[in-house]
Amino acid sequence: MSPQLESNLPARHRIGGFWKGIFQFSTIIGIIMLALLLITIINNVTGYVVIGSKVDPQSLAINGVALEDMSKDDLVTVLETNLSSGMIRQMTRENPLEDLTEDELYAIAIEKVVQQEILASWSLIDSIINSDGIHAEAAEMYPDGELQWKTWFTLDFILSSASSDPLNAGVRTALLGSLLVIIITIFVSLPMGVGAAIYLEEYASDNWINRLIKTNITNLAGVPSIIYGMLGLAIFVRVLQPLTSGAMFGVGDPATANGRTILSAGLTLALLILPLIIINAQEAIRAVPDLLRQASYGVGATRWQTIWHHVLPHAIPGILTGAILAVSRAVGETAPLVVVGAATYINFDPSSVFSKFTILPIQIYQWTSRPQAEFRHLASAAILLLLIMLLTLNATAILLRNRYRSQL
Amino acid sequence: MQQRSYYETVTVHNYKEVRMLTSTASLILNNHVQETTTINPSFAMQARDLSVYYGNFRAVKEVNLSIESQKITAIIGPSGCGKSTVIRTFNRMNELVPTARTEGEVYFMGNNIYAPNIDPVEVRRRIGMVFQKPNPFPRSIFENVAWGARINGFKEGIGQPSMQEWVEQCLRKAALWDEVYDKLDQSGLSLSGGQQQRLCIARAIAVKPEVILMDEPASALDPIATLKIEELMHELAAEYTIIVVTHNMQQAARVSDYTAFFSMDEDRAGILVEYDLTKKIFTNPHDPRTEGYITGRYG
Repeated sequence: MSPQLESNLPARHRIGGFWKGIFQFSTIIGIIMLALLLITIINNVTGYVVIGSKVDPQSLAINGVALEDMSKDDLVTVLETNLSSGMIRQMTRENPLEDLTEDELYAIAIEKVVQQEILASWSLIDSIINSDGIHAEAAEMYPDGELQWKTWFTLDFILSSASSDPLNAGVRTALLGSLLVIIITIFVSLPMGVGAAIYLEEYASDNWINRLIKTNITNLAGVPSIIYGMLGLAIFVRVLQPLTSGAMFGVGDPATANGRTILSAGLTLALLILPLIIINAQEAIRAVPDLLRQASYGVGATRWQTIWHHVLPHAIPGILTGAILAVSRAVGETAPLVVVGAATYINFDPSSVFSKFTILPIQIYQWTSRPQAEFRHLASAAILLLLIMLLTLNATAILLRNRYRSQL
Repeated sequence: MQQRSYYETVTVHNYKEVRMLTSTASLILNNHVQETTTINPSFAMQARDLSVYYGNFRAVKEVNLSIESQKITAIIGPSGCGKSTVIRTFNRMNELVPTARTEGEVYFMGNNIYAPNIDPVEVRRRIGMVFQKPNPFPRSIFENVAWGARINGFKEGIGQPSMQEWVEQCLRKAALWDEVYDKLDQSGLSLSGGQQQRLCIARAIAVKPEVILMDEPASALDPIATLKIEELMHELAAEYTIIVVTHNMQQAARVSDYTAFFSMDEDRAGILVEYDLTKKIFTNPHDPRTEGYITGRYG
């Protein structure tokens, strides 16, 4: 006797279609959220602004020569007549005015004498769809101001250091800080992480101690980053202060030699992403086919030769991908570095790994918490820069992976 | 007399197994009287009371086997009878399996390779291996052959072949040279399965082994590639001792001089049932289990 088979194909297809719809919906939600994020950022990166000046540049003209066409001597005269002697003295402590170039003098004149400021700003979408309204509003509310289109994300923005004046503020300090911190992080965590992964996968025997270690590394990857900040504060800033402040080498800045340095920050982030790198590298090493190891042992290779010549080259794409993803997480980390003591406002470039520092996410946070609307635009521009950095890192990961894959 | 001494050895080991083993032992002894006591350096390899455990499971039980030099010995038997395990203990590859444990001794030209002062790396250099699935390194054909020689201290000198010549020599011995001489810098993985397997053989002989272990070298290949490997084995036997594990009885009958038939006892541990000249095993086996397997009634 054979069983009766019911014709249920339409129902099965319906159920399949239902689930497919759910999966599609989740994907679409994700894409929409990403698009919204990008739109919010770009919305603030460019748009109309009204720029006013405390002093009308035309009133500064000497013998009918406008400020922007002035010679060096005239610019010096303008500065000396319009600025207080105390301010001049402060400015000339390092460089006498006569040593500066024409462009630099002009920039100082605009910043200190004319004192341009932003009276109002609009977002990109506003500026596009409500262009006429903005023109009318600007003419009515700020008759002296000049309405112009301003893009906040410019080369100047990337290259100028932090400033309390939004027109001159840039991210150079934070960018350099971030780059230096991340370089230290990479140089510390990559060799250590890959080394640990090689040991755990290729050398360590399968006993309970090693299993405990492996499990705990996985757990460490899930520890909140602020905890790593506390650890960094306790170990690198406090205990290892002579090392991390540079006092040990006699190179530290005595004014800031307190361990809250780029080195401490880099080491803390290295600690933070070490478990991630180890786990990823372990996965990559485990994915190396055993046949390859056996082939190597079979011709009389030692364990080290097998690892160096066969296991590592085969695992490198995976290791690099994992490492770069971990590093891009470190680039965006804020909390642990707040604890370690990143400065919220500094306007000089880091001179060495023993300098005080700030990093991009902290600069962004600092700008968003300012009351003036202009800083929101700066924050958006900085976020855009951070996103570009992250995308570049991830693209590098993909390129490297494909390159090494094709070599296999 | 000889038979008696073997009997006693077994008794000492495990009284309960005596009855079962006696039949096996006596059959072996009829042909290979030296089996029992002497370790004879004229044999390429000898296993003495070789048992292999994976964790608590005994996969191979008290195997005694002597492999003739410069002959092809085939190991046949049903799946799971420990054939592969046995030949992997012959060059200490099996200890790469984390849970594996070996008891007893394996002698290579009279020396116990499991003695404490023996380096397994040197053992694997002198006892090469070809695996079931072709596994060339993901490198150029040239590098596949050259690498093993290089890491084992290959030196060019007066009266010595250069690396170029040595690679050519090995590839010729592996009957692959004519097919690859113009593309030595291409990846070993670009070759066909049969070519890859011959590349693996070339790689194995490049480190000048004395014994080549082959673990089902043709089971992943098509019939024509299989035939080529078999021809190659015949040629290599002039210079090397070859031990080949195979699923394929026809293959064993075609290529080997000696055949060892493995089976499982009631604990599913692999045992050596019968070991003899291939001709004899396939025409006039002593053990009913061998006969059953050969004729396809069992296994």
